[in-house]
Amino acid sequence: MEVSSFFEVRDLVARVGDFEVGPLHFEVARGEALALVGPSGSGKTTLLEVVCGLREGQLVRGEILLGGESLVGMNLEAREIGLVPQDVVLFPSMTVREHLEFGLRVRKRLGKKERREVEGLGERLGLGELMERKVKGLSGGEGRRVSIGRALAFGPRLLCLDEALTGLDEARKLGVMEVLREFLRGGGAALVVEHGETGFREVEIG
Amino acid sequence: MFSIFLVVMLVGYGSLLFLLVGANLTVVSWGEVLRVLEDESIQRAVRLSLVSATATAILAIFIAVPVGYLMSRVEFRGRVLVDTLLDVPILLPPLVVGLSLLVLFNGVGVWLCLVILAVGFLAMGLWFSGQGRRGGVVVFLGLCGGCGIGAFLLRGSGASLENLLTGAGVPVTFHPVAVVLAQLPVAASFAIRMMRSTFDELGTRHEELARSLGCGWGGAFVRVVWPLAGRGILAAGTMAWARALGEFGPVLIFAGATRGRTEVLPTSIYLEVNLGNLGGAAALSLLMILMAVGALVLVRLVMGREVWR
Repeated sequence: MEVSSFFEVRDLVARVGDFEVGPLHFEVARGEALALVGPSGSGKTTLLEVVCGLREGQLVRGEILLGGESLVGMNLEAREIGLVPQDVVLFPSMTVREHLEFGLRVRKRLGKKERREVEGLGERLGLGELMERKVKGLSGGEGRRVSIGRALAFGPRLLCLDEALTGLDEARKLGVMEVLREFLRGGGAALVVEHGETGFREVEIG
Repeated sequence: MFSIFLVVMLVGYGSLLFLLVGANLTVVSWGEVLRVLEDESIQRAVRLSLVSATATAILAIFIAVPVGYLMSRVEFRGRVLVDTLLDVPILLPPLVVGLSLLVLFNGVGVWLCLVILAVGFLAMGLWFSGQGRRGGVVVFLGLCGGCGIGAFLLRGSGASLENLLTGAGVPVTFHPVAVVLAQLPVAASFAIRMMRSTFDELGTRHEELARSLGCGWGGAFVRVVWPLAGRGILAAGTMAWARALGEFGPVLIFAGATRGRTEVLPTSIYLEVNLGNLGGAAALSLLMILMAVGALVLVRLVMGREVWR
């Protein structure tokens, strides 16, 4: 069933220790990115990680719907959400290519066509020369772009970007924004936490 | 004054360790070292020591990786109790470990062991049932049923575990296999402790990310956690190996001290002392000290810590 709001958060409250986020309500349509704004410590990262299922235990109440399906209680691996965490979190034993192919490989969807698409994504993110390099020793900006590529390559339904553009120079930022717009044109949706202007519709947290 | 106190404590204890090791040198001669190294039964003891310690270390890692991972990641009721139980082999007097093995294999009927296991599996099945995990219920009730049927079939036979294994052509007590079983409890406890702290240090971020990318829990462990824990696994294996190499009490009770058969290096030292050959015992002690120091240096190298500075 097609719904007008592709991603929806209803009356969501999350708690980390004594700190509470919410109640929050917002909707994101297909092809749209929503920027979560608020001062440091207002719970933007907590919210993103609750949506992704990384902090399921911190969800106090509320409903999270993606494509009309409730994510509450759903396994982390079944959500089909690409997360670019603030702390990047790369797998040191793997190459850049292995990172980009990771989501496809574990879903057993890595065919010739997908390999070509991964190659193209790597090029567009400026990682073409680095594809066979282990991620250990990459610069902060390169690591961040690998994390973005890893979250995008398997074709997630929702993309969650937590300060994904931090540390990138202007040219790289433009390149990443173009890749993000392409993802949105393909029918995905995105939640973005970013310092500075993104041009996306905003919702205030905290 | 406080800094002097600290230095005195370090120098005092360091001197004691140095004297402990050095004392062996005062009673050993090159001739004694050569005699010991050329002795055929001691060569067999060295071989059995190396083989049994390696087998024990592999088994210890096989146990320690899943148990350490579970204890690091899963919160459950009675976790503190289980944690304490896992340390029991370290706290028990070594002779008690050996005696317990001897009694388990020779003094307890197999049917009783199976009944106890069946009760344990039933409790686990009920716990999984309470958690609504059908897979766990099926596995543990299946195991409970299997043990129950086994206990029923063997009731009244009076057969011990040793009788059953000897019948199957694998005698254990006072045989080389017993050496490994005697070394295992303490070595595995140390390995579990080390693996648990390895997994604690790694944190959960990598596996969470892997799962968000589509991996199951097991897949995330194999693809992401295992490679990250590689150094910790090697270090725990080396520590278990060194601990197993020095195990004496349980080996003496459960495997015996038969020259050339179940004799390992600590047993050789014991036998040499009993024969009044202090020089031979000291030469063997030095050999063991070299092996232990080698293992420690290897652990530090594997863990990426400086060794010589």
